[in-house]
Amino acid sequence: MDVSFTEEQQMLHDSIRRYLASDYPLEHRAKTIAGEDGWSADTWRALADLGLLALDIEEADGGIGAGPVGTMLVSQATGAGLLLEPFHSSAVLATRVISLLGQGERRTMLLDALASGDAVAVLAHDEDGGWFDARSTTAEPDGDGWRLHGRKARVYHAPMARWLLVSARTQDGSGVFLVERDAEGMELRALRTVDGQRAADIELDLHLPADARLGGEASAALEQALDHGLAALCADALGVLDRTLATTVQYTRDRVQFGTPIGRFQALQHRMADMYMQVEQARSMSYLATSACLGDDAQARREAVSGAKVVVGQAARRVGQEAVQLHGGMGMTDELDVSHCFRRLLAFELRMGTTDEHLRALHGLARAEAA
Amino acid sequence: MDLNFSPDELAFRAEVRAFVAAHLPDDIRDRVRRGDESQVADDLRRWQEILHAHGWGAVMWPREFGGTGWDKTRQYLFEIECAAADAPIQLPFGLKMVAPVIMRYGTPAQQQRFLPRILDGSDWWCQGYSEPGSGSDLASLKTRAERDGDHYVVNGQKAWNTLGQHAGWIFCLVRTDPAAKPQRGISFLLIDMRTPGIRLQPTRLLDGGHEVNEVFFDNVRVPVKNLVGEENAGWTCAKFLLGHERTNIAGIGASRRELARLRRMAGEAGRNGAPLADNPVFASRIAQVALELRALEVTNLRVIFGEARQQAPGPEASMLKIRGTEILQRITELQVEALGARALEYEGDGEDVPRAVGHYMNLRKLSIYGGSNEIQRNIIAQMVLQL
Repeated sequence: MDVSFTEEQQMLHDSIRRYLASDYPLEHRAKTIAGEDGWSADTWRALADLGLLALDIEEADGGIGAGPVGTMLVSQATGAGLLLEPFHSSAVLATRVISLLGQGERRTMLLDALASGDAVAVLAHDEDGGWFDARSTTAEPDGDGWRLHGRKARVYHAPMARWLLVSARTQDGSGVFLVERDAEGMELRALRTVDGQRAADIELDLHLPADARLGGEASAALEQALDHGLAALCADALGVLDRTLATTVQYTRDRVQFGTPIGRFQALQHRMADMYMQVEQARSMSYLATSACLGDDAQARREAVSGAKVVVGQAARRVGQEAVQLHGGMGMTDELDVSHCFRRLLAFELRMGTTDEHLRALHGLARAEAA
Repeated sequence: MDLNFSPDELAFRAEVRAFVAAHLPDDIRDRVRRGDESQVADDLRRWQEILHAHGWGAVMWPREFGGTGWDKTRQYLFEIECAAADAPIQLPFGLKMVAPVIMRYGTPAQQQRFLPRILDGSDWWCQGYSEPGSGSDLASLKTRAERDGDHYVVNGQKAWNTLGQHAGWIFCLVRTDPAAKPQRGISFLLIDMRTPGIRLQPTRLLDGGHEVNEVFFDNVRVPVKNLVGEENAGWTCAKFLLGHERTNIAGIGASRRELARLRRMAGEAGRNGAPLADNPVFASRIAQVALELRALEVTNLRVIFGEARQQAPGPEASMLKIRGTEILQRITELQVEALGARALEYEGDGEDVPRAVGHYMNLRKLSIYGGSNEIQRNIIAQMVLQL
């Protein structure tokens, strides 16, 4: 067991954190949100130059091979920086799916394109009706190819993607299919999420060539990639939690009422001590989820990841609400950090399975173990 | 970072598990399991002797004093395995509280006299810190010690003395300079409980048990050689002791054991024709507290590792204390909920009822003692958040 980070890992985290702190101010971010595309090509280029888009690609595939721990540390920084660009969607989730399922020349081509920042890919998995059961999208053999049919909902960063990796039910279980965003028979309805990011609802009814399927039966790989993505998303939320707490503590030091900085009041101090403990418990579960992604035990990984989603999600709710409360009326304004943190924390709770869904999944795992 | 245990650590865990399974006497284990404290003093002594005979009497001590010299991960695994097997706790007062102070500030003579007898279980220690009126504000303590030749003469009263009725020795904070500022005129004394002038009075508690006492000192003569450290510098020892007390304060082993018990109880308790464990409302409460415990386990390991690097436990220990006690209290609360109205029969002869109900009441103390959880929140706010 080792709870420390290498100097290299620490530097990676610090460099992206510094970059976002200096080059990614709230005003810049606000302009991006208001803009047509919802992301900044310059920022994306800068992330590629920092090597971040190759971070989670194995060295054998020409990447950096920083793995789950490196991904976690960078994700903390992207959260703390409230990054809008599709690091998580493309460089973590889609990259992991391709690494697990992609083969031959196409694997190389896809990973190279994602690592260099030339293209974005996203995993289209979410559907209406629940994270764990909703698999209404189907792929059936159709001539010498596939007929892909169904709907995907709120697929983060789909509007800026060149490729969608669509999960679907197949006769042998699950499959992942590579689709060009502009493919005929696929309709994207772009939308803006509550945390200012871009996503799309997708209607699918199209014919695909035989080789559109990445690898074979994909249930285990998909579950592994989603767990990996969830662990990274938890780390991103942890970064937001860190920023939320820090900004709240600072605010109560500066804000004077009744002739005293309000942070001197014990009632407020105890609430911030509770926020601190919630953030630290969330940090522990984020570490645990990441660590479980290093091992081979799929059941332990599922437990750790769902557990992390619950604990981080609950911290997100409580810390977010407390932060707004302690900021008083100013906490309600769009002008301050805290409102942006609040909305990103809210989005975290709702994405990739709600807190209740993961709590139920844990219950199911525990019962399966007892049976 | 990798939170998976190494092969070495897993082998060590298996060794501890096998040892405890083979050597913990059945009668002791059964009493611990039932929460039967009628023979607690004898049970604790016997278990300490068994551990000591195996070289595991003091897992947190350095080798030079007869400890195992284990690192914090091994100490942690040992604690978890012992708790899971329903072994009695090792009383902290000698091993974890006064011993580190004697090692750090005691004279060689004190070390040679006291440490071996703590290790083999022949001396039972209790603590004389708190007083009526001096709980969390410990520096306001009033018990006096006046120099008279080569003795101190001690007068005053201590409160919340745990299991002192079995103890041969008590370590006390006493005021040796009433004129000095509160923290400065305090000394750390080791007192033989058989000295004339010491009287114990049981304090009856919420659960009806006799676990704590008031201790009265009436012209008790204590040899000056039993002073630890410098006269009037006892506050240094006190702070050092409290720091050590906090190293294992998360109580993960106990909480894990009680959680397992809760799950068993919920599986056995029927309500309206189905096991309580199948009731989604109750199952969700269990899942919730189990997750909080899991998170605290990792937090504990993070603090342990931080500690291994930076020595003294920092203010993060306050978090372990708060969360650890809140979680254990919550589990005992759920045990009572699992019993439902059966819990009314507190003095009945079942197994789960008296244990769970007594435990629930008794463990209300957790968030009060050792620096109340409110004091711990002050520490976090001031030391960690710099408010």
